[in-house]
Amino acid sequence: MLGREGLLQILEKALSWSSADQTQVSLGIGQSSLTRFANNVIHQNVSQKNASLTVKAVVGKKIGCVTTNLLDDASVKAAVGHAVQFAHNSAENADFVSLPGPAPAKDVDAYDAQTAEYSPEDRARDVGGMIGEAKRVDAVAAGQLSTAFDETGVANSLGLRAYEPSSKAGLTAVMTTDTGYGYADRVAGRISDFNPMEAAVEAATTSVKSRNPEAIEPGEYDVVLMPYAVAEFLEFMAWLGFGALAVQEGRSFMCGKLGEKIVGQNINIWDDGLDPAGMPRAFDAEGVPTQRVDLINNGVAVGPVYDSYTAGKEGRESTGHCVSVVGTYGPMAANMFMRPGDCSVQEMIADTKRGVLVTRFHYTNVIHPLQVLITGMTRDGTFLIENGEIVKPLMNMRFTDSVLERLSNVDMISKETVRQSWCVAPAIKARGFKFTGVTEF
Amino acid sequence: MKDLTERALEKVRQLGASYGDIRVVKRASEEIEVKNGKVENLSSDSDQGFGIRVIADGAWGFASSLNLNPDEIDTVAELAVRIARASASVQGAPIELSPVEPAVGSFTAPCKRNPFEAPVEQKIQLLLDADEIMRQVDEIRVAESVMRFWQTDQVFASTEGSYIEQSKTESGIGITATAVSEGEVQKRSYPAAGGEHAQAGYEFVEQWDVIGNAERIAKEAAQLLTAPQCPSDVRTLILESSMLALQVHESCGHPIELDRVFGTEAAYAGTSFLTPDKLGNFRYGSDIVNIVADSTIPGGLGTFFYDDEGVSAQCVDIIKDGTFVGYLTSRETAPQIGQSSSGAMRADGWNRIPLIRMTNINLQPGDWTLDEMIRDTEKGLFAEMVGSWSIDDKRLNFQFATEVAYDIEDGSLGQMYKNPTYTGITPEFWGSCDAIADKDHWRVWGVDNCGKGQPGQTAHVGHGVAPSRFRNVRIGVMEEE
Repeated sequence: MLGREGLLQILEKALSWSSADQTQVSLGIGQSSLTRFANNVIHQNVSQKNASLTVKAVVGKKIGCVTTNLLDDASVKAAVGHAVQFAHNSAENADFVSLPGPAPAKDVDAYDAQTAEYSPEDRARDVGGMIGEAKRVDAVAAGQLSTAFDETGVANSLGLRAYEPSSKAGLTAVMTTDTGYGYADRVAGRISDFNPMEAAVEAATTSVKSRNPEAIEPGEYDVVLMPYAVAEFLEFMAWLGFGALAVQEGRSFMCGKLGEKIVGQNINIWDDGLDPAGMPRAFDAEGVPTQRVDLINNGVAVGPVYDSYTAGKEGRESTGHCVSVVGTYGPMAANMFMRPGDCSVQEMIADTKRGVLVTRFHYTNVIHPLQVLITGMTRDGTFLIENGEIVKPLMNMRFTDSVLERLSNVDMISKETVRQSWCVAPAIKARGFKFTGVTEF
Repeated sequence: MKDLTERALEKVRQLGASYGDIRVVKRASEEIEVKNGKVENLSSDSDQGFGIRVIADGAWGFASSLNLNPDEIDTVAELAVRIARASASVQGAPIELSPVEPAVGSFTAPCKRNPFEAPVEQKIQLLLDADEIMRQVDEIRVAESVMRFWQTDQVFASTEGSYIEQSKTESGIGITATAVSEGEVQKRSYPAAGGEHAQAGYEFVEQWDVIGNAERIAKEAAQLLTAPQCPSDVRTLILESSMLALQVHESCGHPIELDRVFGTEAAYAGTSFLTPDKLGNFRYGSDIVNIVADSTIPGGLGTFFYDDEGVSAQCVDIIKDGTFVGYLTSRETAPQIGQSSSGAMRADGWNRIPLIRMTNINLQPGDWTLDEMIRDTEKGLFAEMVGSWSIDDKRLNFQFATEVAYDIEDGSLGQMYKNPTYTGITPEFWGSCDAIADKDHWRVWGVDNCGKGQPGQTAHVGHGVAPSRFRNVRIGVMEEE
């Protein structure tokens, strides 16, 4: 590892070579490894060591960005020169105000040595155990187990300096019996934060329970959406509307609705990049300290998240939600939490007269952004509930439904949550979910 | 370079690998995005490194690094073999590869005008001009225009004796106008949603008339705000060709990937309904449906000289007179159905392993004109330009949205509709295809964002298509206002 001093030294040198009015340099460097399995064997097993240094040069209100993975002095100097030249050649962006100034970031314990040093043999041992669980129930396992570590630093000509090492571990398991499917997914900053065997049991159990699915007619059903499915709702809300640029451009469901009720009163969603229950990070891609932002309070749209560009347009401060120096999509809420309830999934099922339990969605996409109207398939465990009990597995169904409308009709929220890359989500029981088609498995 | 690749191959041999290859890849890109009169992104990216793939103890291992020097070659070779041995501890039958004739050569794809040498100011001005025209229409809240360019130079060398150098240039351009009113947002794009791309130089950007189409798409986006909702019905559907390219991509291109068929993407992208028992006998489409996988056509994003296993480019029948007859395969998967590789292994850069990816998956032209097709339709819908897409994990049940659609009534285009969608089951849909436009309407569309694999990879692929007609298609799912 480069360490704080070594990494910032590269950034300081780069800044010293810039003739731009303002300059920002960011560097991410690290190693990631992923062991992939299918058909009860490891079939792909990879590792990469990479870096990404981005120079953002500002001349007046003209901006140029250059990214490279070459970190020798000559290459970095060339990247700086290229970015400055780009800025000179560009056209004015009147909305640009300034790069962010320095601000102290809170310390976040995001690095774990065990995760960073997890070996190919460690991953193979864990995967072997998961495959063993699949074989125990006559299932076939597929999935991945990954570990990674990074060092990230940001420096700019206004004096901002930020450095953070971090690690990440992830696991996905899809288990298949003759006609059944099961799923489990884990993500954490530390490999020790999840138990691969526990995930394997979750996927294997569902794959057995979902054998011999039957079709039901599409239509409106009460649903119990497991946390994986609810997480997808939250991710679409983040993508389509929780960012300030989406609001400023009129393409967010929050446009003209701030301060108004947009979903049920029992829905509370916020973003908190510092909460260790999520995937905490001390600062964003511009080096701005992350901070908690309430997005929906008691069903009321409260506010979007900002980066320095969108904040500058409104004369306010960034909330630390820049996800990429390069690009035009704007700030994103990437560490969301939905407030859990006080019941269990089992109680939700018991409370359902006739409905469908959905483990997760597949290949979801947007039909209408302002309504957060999305379509997708169910996958890896869909069940019919009747009179408070799961009575049979179902063939996968297509849904076409508005996230806002569904979150306006939530009767129960679980106390259990699942951490995903973007959010921590509970399960929900909702009325009137719209299934619009059925497939053949 | 050859001394470094030889060092890597010798090292993996010494470590006991039965097979090894190394790819050294250097990629440069440039992107310019103009939004609402402002240059919001002017950026370039240069990236290089190498990846070593080995078979040791009968299993795969892969390691890669950005540091191209002899010591790092040794370190990464050792890691690749160590990883392979870890794989072997949870492995079934040893990996076997179909034979390939070692190839040696240097190949450069045609490029008339180097896009990286075209003045940045000229590129920006073209985008700003299109942007300004779009924003003349009052309802346009967001005008976006974009250019993208890539230059990729790579070396592939294997322990079997191949040493292949390949270079290619890719270019793309697109404009989008987004209109917003109370509770409604609609957009129109040109030449394709997300831009259109090809393996070509700056001449490709100049061939598209973004200036001449900017006002049209802006006005159409504004008209969509007040257009009626696409009705829910079962109708004849005619798809414009960029939309049909997506239909081919999702419902044919992905399910013919033999790794998916064998379950190796089961946990992520999914599997396929086109199982090997269907090869040669399954009715995929109507008699007029003929689809090939062709990596040899000039300009396609899925065109190359050799794939990333050193297998030469080729044209393979996929659907012949409506019957499913071929897969996209690799050296590992092809022998399992008694074949040799069809040359479809492609990696997204030096730090990713090759996977079976689409090349140019082309629907062969028919003999209709688009006008004839419309005139011959009593009651139908003409749908244009990709809106959104969703399909199940075996590639059967799909639902796609387009940016706009028009009523067809007694052989003429009529009412514009907003939020058009259509849905179906893949073989039923292709089985209902009764007209395909001719070669004058046929063009190869470039898709620059095909995702697959873990860690994620993005492939550039092509689809040659002409507008086509489908009968009895379920359209529309949104409730009418």
